[in-house]
Parts: sequence; structure tokens; C-alpha cells
Amino acid sequence: MNSTEQTIPTFEMTENQRMVQQLARDFGEKEIKPVIMKYDESQEFPFDIVRKMSELGFLGVIFPEEYGGAGFSYLEYVTIIEEISKADPSMGLVIAAHNSLCTNHIYTFGNEQQKKKYLPDLTTGKKIGAWALTEPSSGSDAGSMKTTAMRNGNSYILNGSKNFITHGSVGKVTVVLAITDKSKGKKGISAFIVENDTPGFIVSKKENKLGMRSSDTAAIAFDNCAIPIENLIGEEGKGFHQALTILDGGRISIAANALGIAQGAFEASLKYSKERQQFGKPISEFQAIQWKLSEMVTQIEAARLLTYKAAYLKNKGEEVIKESSMAKYYASEVAVMVTNEAIQIHGGYGFIKDYPVEKFYRDVKLVTIGEGTSEIQKLVISRELLK
Amino acid sequence: MKIAVCVNHVPDTEAKVRISSDGKTIDKAGINFILNPYDEIAVEQGLQLKEKFGGEVIVVSLGGDSNKETLRKALAMGADKAVLLKDDSIRDSFAVAAALADALKEINPDVILLGKQSIDYDNSQMVGLVGELLNLPSVSVVVKLEIQDNKIICEREIEGGHEKVESQLPIVLSVQKGLCEPRYPSLKGIMAAKSKPIEEKQIPAVNSKVETISLRMPQSKAAGKIVGTDSTAVKELVRLLHEEAKVI
Repeated sequence: MNSTEQTIPTFEMTENQRMVQQLARDFGEKEIKPVIMKYDESQEFPFDIVRKMSELGFLGVIFPEEYGGAGFSYLEYVTIIEEISKADPSMGLVIAAHNSLCTNHIYTFGNEQQKKKYLPDLTTGKKIGAWALTEPSSGSDAGSMKTTAMRNGNSYILNGSKNFITHGSVGKVTVVLAITDKSKGKKGISAFIVENDTPGFIVSKKENKLGMRSSDTAAIAFDNCAIPIENLIGEEGKGFHQALTILDGGRISIAANALGIAQGAFEASLKYSKERQQFGKPISEFQAIQWKLSEMVTQIEAARLLTYKAAYLKNKGEEVIKESSMAKYYASEVAVMVTNEAIQIHGGYGFIKDYPVEKFYRDVKLVTIGEGTSEIQKLVISRELLK
Repeated sequence: MKIAVCVNHVPDTEAKVRISSDGKTIDKAGINFILNPYDEIAVEQGLQLKEKFGGEVIVVSLGGDSNKETLRKALAMGADKAVLLKDDSIRDSFAVAAALADALKEINPDVILLGKQSIDYDNSQMVGLVGELLNLPSVSVVVKLEIQDNKIICEREIEGGHEKVESQLPIVLSVQKGLCEPRYPSLKGIMAAKSKPIEEKQIPAVNSKVETISLRMPQSKAAGKIVGTDSTAVKELVRLLHEEAKVI
């Protein structure tokens, strides 16, 4: 699509979207909000909540029913992640990472045998999926990857380490990017399905984080971890290209995650501003607060339109490199701004854990970093513009 | 077992209700409508009966096209089919019950379930009216039920306690919170609901026996009164609670 062409999705929610929105909203209110601070404090992974989300189909939103999925489109997917993120951004991230990265990689690039073997357990949440690209010395510069997968008879032997892996310690299946031919640089990277109970798969460290604390992030390592050759996804050397395509879709889910955080922080602020009295009236009657609310809601709406447009194009099967980067970049920066203003509106009460904005403020920073920083998004957007 | 559940499409509990310019109806603009929460419990109970005894759950609603969304939710929860009695006009409880009774007669269910009240007009009349019009026994505000063969034992909520009653099927029951916890419609349920049938029926007009003359908003609550801030205020507070508020 050239950049002057305009594609406007419909602004009305479909009945499906309204139904999944109501479902995710009810679920967030009743099943997540009342218990989530406990998990945030202890940094435990809420297996119980994730099991319930699995039963509803949230771990297989965008995959066909023949593989155990719910068979919905990216529009419903974005709606679900936004609503769940309003209750807890970490749970939104669980859905995003599980669907968009691990499961989608196997669905998009796996062969029929791999899909039949792995997808039903992933889409129904029997197994939680992880996706391992980042390494201690290679983030956005994936070409400097060090983890290797050397062919040995009917196996590939994996050695190396990965870090900041979402579901690194709770996952049962991990898609791992590793070098099969050092001499070829990025074109020597391949993708593999690794079952986490394979000997030599080591969970080295669960990270202690600023926010998104009920989402699991861990460093993992491979010590002569032997996996069967049939677990290679696609062909050798295609891993890096596959990863970029997966991240194009993944960014839409992180944009939705950001959107939920922003909307949640905004709604809390709007409510608080009507309740909090100062100088004999609710603070919502002061222009300083009114302007903050207006700016917040306008930017959130703009972020939502970008996100839904990217989802709409993805549904049409179009390339979404630029659109998903724009959505992720803008929605995550908006979310940071909105949560900042949300605390400001709450004053001292925003700084304590009795109000939800305190957690939104900690959780939000991840969305300008994970799956590519805002700076990397701008790099991607400009490359698309200038190519 | 054939189970029919009557469901109503009502404003969300969080909706800010405004009165229309006619002064007799509420302004539906911008209001989110939901499956009446008590009817949601009735749907769940219907599904549990089906799971235990087999059979089918048919949901019935009276209203306009927008009621399809509520019917679709019940189908997504697991109901088998839906009937929409198409009528956009204003009906009182009797006129609604008359239409429901006609449709239910045709369905001929073993158990008819409905919520103890709709959270819009709160008339709580449907269970009795439908029971009478169908000449069936009816039990209201049910919090527990057990069915064996043709016999049903219900516990219903009454002032200060529970009453246990026994009757025969077929029966009309209105359900209360606590009977069961409604399930969430899963994504698969929502997808499956799209291919389940919603039968639309044109229904005859029935004259309402009660006419709404006007609606008004409740008066806003008066501000609280602070009697004092130390122990000397206790005596005055007790006097006010006793003599003015008459609560002690």
C-alpha cells in the first residue's frame, strides 16, 4: 500500500466484537481485578487466572477451530487484549505473547505435522508458549545472536542463552531462534520448536521487574539441548525473516496492550476527578483537570484508530510492517503519557497502591520497550517510507 | 427435558438513565443493553438442567431487533435455539405475559425459567402472570431446586428465611441470585451462537391494562448532617436517629 492511499476501517464494532468485549470486561472485573494486587506483590504467575482465560478461549483467539482455536479475527483479538489489560496489563501481555509470538510462529510457518502436534495444546492453554529471540548481547540487533543449533545426525544441538523471555519459566513450548550457519549472518538463523522439558533446557533466572509483575519473564539457557530435526520450523536460514513477520503481528497486540493500560488509567482518573473534592467542588470542575482529561481521551482515541486500522489490514492479509509499528509506537507513548497524567490527577492517592493508577504507571513502561522500543519502531517506519 | 427461558434486554446496571421527551419512556440513546442479570441466572439453571437430564434449552425474548444481541448471548452461553417475539410497542406486564404465554404454549416446555425481576421496570410479575395464563403452577424467588421424575422441590426466599415447596412439572419458576453462578460465554460459544437459529415471530397486539402516565427521576439524596465531632454529640445523634430518622 503506498503511503498516500487511505484505508479506513469501519468505525462500528461488530456484534462479535461487542460480545467478546463484554465477556473480557466481565471477566476482568470479576476474575482479575479482585486478586491481581496479590500476584503483583508476590510476582507469582497467576496460573489460576490463566487457566480460566484458557477455558474461555483467550489463549487461542486468532487460530482456526481445526487447531483448537476460537477462529476470531484480529479485531476481536485487539478488543480482548484491550479489555483484559484494563483489568491487568500483565494478563493482556500473557494473551499477546502466547497468541502472537509462539503460537502464531508455529501456525504461520510450521508444517502440518508440527501444527497438529503443538497447536491444540497451545490454543487451549494446556501448554503456555514462549518465544526466544533476545539474548544478553543481542536485542534489536538480532544479527549478533550467539545461540547455535548444530546439526548432529537426527538432532540439532542447541547451546547458548536467551533473556527477557516472556513465559521463560512457565512455558512448556518455546520457539527458539538460533544460528545454524554462522557464515551467513542473519540468513544463517533458523527457528525451532523446543519442548521445555528437553534435557539441557535450563531456566536460569526469573526476573524481578518494575512492572508487569504477574507476567513471567525469565532468562533461559541451552546446554547441549538436543531436539529432533523435525522441530525445525520451515527451512534452515529462514528464521530471521520468519521472526520479523511474527513481530509485525505481535506489535498489534502490544498496541492493544498499551491501549488497555491507557483506557484503564483514564477511566480511573475520570472517576476520581468527579469524586475528589477540593475548594468545595469536585476537581473535575477545574479547567486544569478538564484539559488533562480531554488530552488523554483524544490521544487514546487516536491510538485506538491506529491499532484497529493495523488489525483491519492484518485481517485482509496485507503487509502491516509500517501500520503495526505506527500503532505500537503511538499507543505505547500515549499510554505512558496517560498513566503519568493519571497519577497527577490522583495526586498523593495516585502514588499509593490503593488506587489502580499506581500499577498502571509501573506496568506501562514495558510497552515502549518490549517487541521493539519506540526508537526501533521509528526506524522501521522510516525504512518503510524511504525504501 | 424441554426447558424454556424467558430473557429480557435491559439497560446496563451502570447506564445513566434519562427520560425521553415524551416523559413516559426512557431515552435509549447511548445506553448499553444487557441480558437481564436475573435472567442470566435462569439461563444458567436451564443449561444445568439440560446437562443433567438432557434435552434442549430454548430462550424467548419479546422486543425489537436489538433483543437479538441478548438472545445471542444466551445462545453463546449454550442455549440451543431462540425465539424473538417481535414487538417494539410499549406493553405492560400483562401484555408481555400474554405474548410469552402464547409462545410458550407452542413450545410446550417441562420447565419455564425466568429471572425474579427485570432490572428495568422491576415489576416482578412475569412468573405469576405466565403461570396463570398457562394454567401451570408457579414458584417465585427460587434459590435452590431439585427435580426427580416429575416432582420438583424448590427452596424460595421469603422475609427472614427460606420456604420449601413441592410441585409437579410442568412448572414456571422465577430465580433469585444464589441459585447458581452464570457461566461466561466462551469464545467458542460466541462463535457457535452465530449458527444457531433465532426464530422471529410476529405477535398480535394486546391491550395493556396498565398505562404509564409519567416517569420522573428520583430526588437527589440530601447531604448528610454532621452533628458534632466529639463524644458530646452522641446524645444528640441518638436523639436524631430515634426521633427524626426513626431507625433506632
